[in-house]
Amino acid sequence: MPALFQKIFKTGLVTETLGPDDDEIIQLVHAVDQKTKHLLGRALAIRDVDAGSCNGCEIEITGLTSPVYDSERFGIHFVASPRHADLLLVTGPVTRNMEIPLRKTYEATPAPKLVVAVGDCAKTCGVFKGSYAVAGSVDKFVPVDVFVPGCPPEPADILRGILAALDRMPRK
Amino acid sequence: MMQTLFLIMVSAYCLGALVALSGGRGSLGRGLVALGAVIGAGAGFALAANVILSGTPFTLSVPDLLPLAGGLALRLDPLGAFFLIIIGLGAIPSSIYGAGYSEVYEDGSASLRLLGLALNLFLLTMSLVTFADNVLTFLLMWEGMSLTSYFLVMTESREAGTVRAGIWYLAMTHIGLALLMGGFIVLMNGGSGAFSDLRTSAASLSAASRSLVFLLTFLGFGSKAGIVPLHIWLPMAHPAAPSHVSALMSGVMIKMGIYGILRVALDLLGGGPVWWGGIILGVGSVSALLGVLYALMEHDLKRLLAYHSVENIGIILIGIGAGMIFHTYGMMTLAALGFIGGLYHTINHASFKSLLFLGAGSVLHATHTRNMEELGGLIKNMPWTALFFLIGSAAISALPPLNGFASEWLVFQSLLGGFNLPVPEVALLMPVAVGMLALTSGLAAACFVKAFGITFLALPRSEAAEHAHESPLSMQVGMGILALACIGLGLAPFAVVRLIGGVITGLGGLPDTRAAFTFNLHLQTPGAFGQMSSPLVFLGLLILLGLTPLIMRLLRVNWQLRRGDTWGCGRVGQTARMEYTATSFAEPLRRIFAELYRPSRDVTIDFHPDSKYFVQSIEYRSEITPLFERWLYDPILRLIRFTARQVRKLQAGSLYLYLAYIIIILIILLLAARWF
Amino acid sequence: MNAYLLEIGQALLALLLAPGLVGFVRWLKARLQNRRGAPVWLPYFELRKLFGKEVVMSNNASWLFRVAPYIVFTSALAVTFLIPLLAAPLPFDNVGDLLVVVYLLLLGTFFLALAGLDPGTAFGGMGSSREMTVAALSEPTIALAIFGLALGAGSTNLGRIVTATLANPGVAISPGHLMAFAALFIVSLAETGRLPVDNPSTHLELTMIHEAMILEYSGRYLALIEWASWLKLVIFFTLLANLFIPWGLAATLTPVALAVAVLTLILKLVLLGLIVAVVETRIAKLRLFRVPELLGMSFVLALLAVTSSFLLK
Repeated sequence: MPALFQKIFKTGLVTETLGPDDDEIIQLVHAVDQKTKHLLGRALAIRDVDAGSCNGCEIEITGLTSPVYDSERFGIHFVASPRHADLLLVTGPVTRNMEIPLRKTYEATPAPKLVVAVGDCAKTCGVFKGSYAVAGSVDKFVPVDVFVPGCPPEPADILRGILAALDRMPRK
Repeated sequence: MMQTLFLIMVSAYCLGALVALSGGRGSLGRGLVALGAVIGAGAGFALAANVILSGTPFTLSVPDLLPLAGGLALRLDPLGAFFLIIIGLGAIPSSIYGAGYSEVYEDGSASLRLLGLALNLFLLTMSLVTFADNVLTFLLMWEGMSLTSYFLVMTESREAGTVRAGIWYLAMTHIGLALLMGGFIVLMNGGSGAFSDLRTSAASLSAASRSLVFLLTFLGFGSKAGIVPLHIWLPMAHPAAPSHVSALMSGVMIKMGIYGILRVALDLLGGGPVWWGGIILGVGSVSALLGVLYALMEHDLKRLLAYHSVENIGIILIGIGAGMIFHTYGMMTLAALGFIGGLYHTINHASFKSLLFLGAGSVLHATHTRNMEELGGLIKNMPWTALFFLIGSAAISALPPLNGFASEWLVFQSLLGGFNLPVPEVALLMPVAVGMLALTSGLAAACFVKAFGITFLALPRSEAAEHAHESPLSMQVGMGILALACIGLGLAPFAVVRLIGGVITGLGGLPDTRAAFTFNLHLQTPGAFGQMSSPLVFLGLLILLGLTPLIMRLLRVNWQLRRGDTWGCGRVGQTARMEYTATSFAEPLRRIFAELYRPSRDVTIDFHPDSKYFVQSIEYRSEITPLFERWLYDPILRLIRFTARQVRKLQAGSLYLYLAYIIIILIILLLAARWF
Repeated sequence: MNAYLLEIGQALLALLLAPGLVGFVRWLKARLQNRRGAPVWLPYFELRKLFGKEVVMSNNASWLFRVAPYIVFTSALAVTFLIPLLAAPLPFDNVGDLLVVVYLLLLGTFFLALAGLDPGTAFGGMGSSREMTVAALSEPTIALAIFGLALGAGSTNLGRIVTATLANPGVAISPGHLMAFAALFIVSLAETGRLPVDNPSTHLELTMIHEAMILEYSGRYLALIEWASWLKLVIFFTLLANLFIPWGLAATLTPVALAVAVLTLILKLVLLGLIVAVVETRIAKLRLFRVPELLGMSFVLALLAVTSSFLLK
């Protein structure tokens, strides 16, 4: 037990700081910080929907919750049910098997809600285009607020996408 | 006036029985039969209330109806009156309910004549048990109650299992009767059987015979009350009987066992050594815990409720056992607290268990099944039954501010008072009992989440449950009365405790301890050990329940509500097969208590003949080992059968052999006569 | 009159502190994971957000599903009127003692478990089955801890338990008291859905207990249920803090005494939150079928506590 806490204290915080002199990513998260504060009362619950991706995007999304990016510090956290969610993070081309689940997830999310489609596949179906198993891009099935390009996009891009979506959020 | 009430009671029951004898069919016939029972029970209730409120017993001089062993002696003292009130509380709603419920027998599937006759006579004899003032009257009425209830159990004799249930009930109740007779014979000691004489003569009995009387009568009454391990007939007989009869048997009749225990151990014997109380407390704790544990494994709604009766009898006995222990040490206020807790729980159990059995009856009436795995979603088609059943479930789970909580609180308080006991070995019993009682009440809550949740919530699991319909008005009224009783008894503990305090005054030398309690809006136990006010808790909950949405409205909370599909992780269809079942609900507890249940599992998988990767069907069967049947009753039954077979060899059918027997016996007798 | 105002004040304080306490524990856990973590006040914003969202309700759910959140919330809120948050004895002390507190919380659990079954999902049923199992197995420990406390004070009345300990400070470090504290602490973790019994931040349905029951809830109903479960944490922490270590509670209703009481309450909650965060960092979630062993252990501790009180009496 002492060894564990020794290590914790030796490691210190690994989350990137929000200094004014940092590079663009940090600027960006700063902006997200401001936005979420105003728009969703600083608490944004995300439900991740893998509509058929190769899981490349998922790995990047996982990066978002890692100690380095630590999306939780902006009040962004992932939840277990669309009933609890404010934003759907959809990845991959929509496969035939996931078409109905995706629609149902969207229906199950209480308003106001946002959809951010992550990765090139979500918009263009990418290399999977034309496959018998693919039903189409995400916006064919649910209204998408923002597409995040990239194959896969970096966590910072995903954050930027979330930010852009929050901008589109109707003000009360 | 009292005499008139008594006459009304007896004649109403008799008239009800006569109407039944003349047919009792059709809505008029069934109504008249029920009316007899209702008036009879109502008169009994009024009479009992009179006795309790005035505190003076009611004695009826009966001309020498039975000039044998003292004849019939009828006297209603406050203790008997308390149980007569319980009879009235159970019988009035159950009879009203029964008028509607027994319509299903109009098709001739069961004899309405027998049902109505037995029901009225059952209520009459049971009421007269509380009046009995000598051994003969008591035993006669007791046997009358047992026999008439046997016929009630046998109403649906064409159903599978009913006959077996009836035989078990008959056997157990007569073993109980034999024990009682033995106990009373030792108690009478060749003298008079009048209770007043017994009170004085009991003191002169030797300690050993007093303990023998206690043990025999405790087991005898216990077999009626359903203590473990004599509970075996309850889960068989109660489900087999028509539901309003189950309500009466489970809610009311088994309480007569409690009455008997109190009457003999406390009143006639005047208390005894500490181990008497210890046995009652121990048996009570074990019955409570095992009762609820077996109830958790039941999927048959009525069997589940029957096991809960075992549990609640256990809780009642915990209170009474604690009272007996305190009584031995002369700690009269604490003893009174224990008895009050036990008796309070007795009347509470009568109200919520009758309610639950009537609710189960409505479910059975609407769906023709008692198997919870085939039910579900009934709250939509049977809103009133669901509401009443929910109230009953919350009450039996001891949730405040309903009545189950008030009495369990008192039982807890009496156990917590145990640290005042002078002997540490005895005092240590109390925390163990507290632990068992707490576990019991927690498990009971789990079990009623299962019972209500699986039966009434979610999607219907069968066609029958899908097309269920609400019960007729008479059945709803019956349940409604009991639901109100559950709420009323819960909100007025200060009044109920005061009344019961009067009822037990004088029993076994208990002084009037009511001055040690405080009865205002707050109920305070002696020495301010515990304080509680269920009306104020109820009021507080109501106010907060009203304020919460109001404040939310004022704060402009989003009030939109949209209906959608159930969230099933995006699954296409939501069917009843995906729901949690009663079995799966209880699975964690089945695994945790595997040492007790010793479950056996049997999984059969049918593969496609061409490939084992395609499964055609899976059959899963899991059963728990019925410990008491296997380790206690089976050996006894085997022994009886074995002896019977041996005895049969003597009876070979040869006349010469029989003559030889006679000669041998004669010689033995002559020799014996010579020697002694 | 002032005393009744205090009752209302302390209920409001509990409501106000509950999200902060949970936020604090989350923040501390994040720090122990070398993360920056969400700000302590995030739960307040979560509540505001949830109250602003619409409710999506299953077609299969009945009226019970809509009533349950209010009952869950109200039962927890009612308890905050009964427990000594700031002062003891309270005017409502004789309305409900420790047993009433425990059974009021059981009332909330009961209805939440029913609501879990109502929409007919497998996860909801799983959650309520597990929740009731854990709740049932925690009951004996709680009852015995009550017994232990009542033994010292000669009453189950909360105010009298507090004043008895204050009058006789030696009791606070008696072995019976300490063991009862340990037992109640373990049960508090189980009852409030913390590690090692339940993981409050899990996303994996198969390991859920509390979360699984509320997967169907959204909007204002979810806000009420979340608030109630956070309130439950405050309640259990307060019981642990103020029944076993009652110093700091206001004996008189002067502003100074009350200010001290508020500060000590917050300090105690922070300390207990610290312990919980460290414990949750150190240990992993137990398999569901190992939980009874933990609760069994707490039961033995509580029994030992009562026994030692008997023998040392």
